[in-house]
Amino acid sequence: MLKEKLVQYLLLAFALTAVLSLTVITVFILREGLPVLVEFGLVRFLTDRVWAPTRGQFGILAMILGSLWVTGGALLVGVPLGLAVAIFTTDYAPPILAELLRPAIQLLAGIPSVIYGFIGLKILVPLIRENLGGPGLSVLAGALVLGVMILPNIIAISEDAIRAVPQLYRDGALALGATHWQSLWRVVLPAARSGIVASVVLGMGRAVGETMAVIMVVGNSLQLPTSPLDAATTLTSNIGLEMAYASGAHRQALFATGIVLFFLIMLLNLVATTFRRRTIRA
Amino acid sequence: MHLRPARRLVILAFLWCALATSLGACVPSSGGTAGGIVLAGSTSVQPFAELLAEEYAREHPSEPVINIQGGGSTAGIEAALSGTAEIGMSSRALREAELAEGLSYQPIAYDAIAVVVHQDNPISSLTSEQVRQIFSGEITTWSQLGGPERPITLITREEGSGTRGAFEELLMQDSRISDRALRQDSNGAVRVIVNSDPAAIGYMSLGIVGTFVKPVALDGVQPTTRAAIEGEYALVRPFLFVWRGELSPPARKFVDYCLSPPAQGILSGEGLIPVEE
Repeated sequence: MLKEKLVQYLLLAFALTAVLSLTVITVFILREGLPVLVEFGLVRFLTDRVWAPTRGQFGILAMILGSLWVTGGALLVGVPLGLAVAIFTTDYAPPILAELLRPAIQLLAGIPSVIYGFIGLKILVPLIRENLGGPGLSVLAGALVLGVMILPNIIAISEDAIRAVPQLYRDGALALGATHWQSLWRVVLPAARSGIVASVVLGMGRAVGETMAVIMVVGNSLQLPTSPLDAATTLTSNIGLEMAYASGAHRQALFATGIVLFFLIMLLNLVATTFRRRTIRA
Repeated sequence: MHLRPARRLVILAFLWCALATSLGACVPSSGGTAGGIVLAGSTSVQPFAELLAEEYAREHPSEPVINIQGGGSTAGIEAALSGTAEIGMSSRALREAELAEGLSYQPIAYDAIAVVVHQDNPISSLTSEQVRQIFSGEITTWSQLGGPERPITLITREEGSGTRGAFEELLMQDSRISDRALRQDSNGAVRVIVNSDPAAIGYMSLGIVGTFVKPVALDGVQPTTRAAIEGEYALVRPFLFVWRGELSPPARKFVDYCLSPPAQGILSGEGLIPVEE
């Protein structure tokens, strides 16, 4: 009995530590970042195109656009590919192959991001520069690298969602004379839609938050990107690049960038959990 | 290359401190405790300081350990101010505001900054004015300089970097480095990019140019240690040790060692310009 209680309190303490950490982090970024937001103005901070922190110019528009470009590109690469793999493993692959594929895909999630960045820098960047032009370090390189990095998230959650669709739905569709593909496309995937959307949103969260691999391949220029071959900076890569050297208002501006990211990721997670909950109910 | 352990340490330490301060429990750790002397700052100075520290430890085995960390010039100056490192390392001159905080400094050597291009680039000489126009974005293709028809890829360092600070101060004057420039976070990263992109131009510490990239002559003067010593090559910046108040005796001893003829000989052997006592 005593042991039972002990374990209970221990677990409670661990759980509270997690909550406490989150609170501390939130308070800290807000405390560090808010002064510059108030002084410089939130709207100006978000819409000004000049980032020259040592001259008191703190516009993160270029980084917001960079993040949008890179994340959008990553989804273009990762979502169709990830969904295709999820459909293949749940519906088409022989069980043995599916059993082999699953750990292989999960292994992708375990590769450190710096390795993705290094491969991108050594293989993708020269390929892009020589065949498509531009400096090679580009939105495109970032999108391709991130597209592969978000595959495990998308595949795992989409697979779960597809598997969660009751067998009755498939049987019903097949009984009405639909082919395997028709029942999948018209019945199973729509039924799994909320789970699939959740997987995409979580993949997006990963793409927005990834830093190291992105620093290595996007070029980190401060221009507003207008083509996939342009170099860009994302919100996270700019923090990673400048944090070590930053002081004073510059440092606060990086924390303010953190606040923007914080709310963006919170929003994405909120969307993802809402969609996920719906799947479970269905 | 990108992931210098020292910088990761700085970031980690920073995050840890961040966590601790918000709990109201961050005790500023002072440099020079636990029997070691901490130097932190410029990643340009870092490899040379490490070299000297190694040699110093060999010659003075009973002296405290010299602990060298990176983080960048601005961070190094901050570290000296806050006491997280006894000695900060800076690869640019101190700004007025920093001097006003009561810092002492000692140049341990001078370093030339080389403007570098890809090995295959036919351009081998530029004027300061041309470099200024290239980096401010007025000149955008190599053909405007008599080279091949190819857009220029600009490589620069991030804000706060001493190399960037010195480059801006000595060469860019009032022009701003173009937003199109790709930003990289170390001399090594600049070298990797310039080495792999035939259209690239960057700037870096002369001491580590090596054979991977081609330094261009500036206003007709090839960047060499000799030209810099004789004052012909203008793009030269100091490597500084910075501290607040009085140095502890062991730290003073290390600084004196760095200024001694053998140490200065090591530095000049590495391509730096020794200080004249």
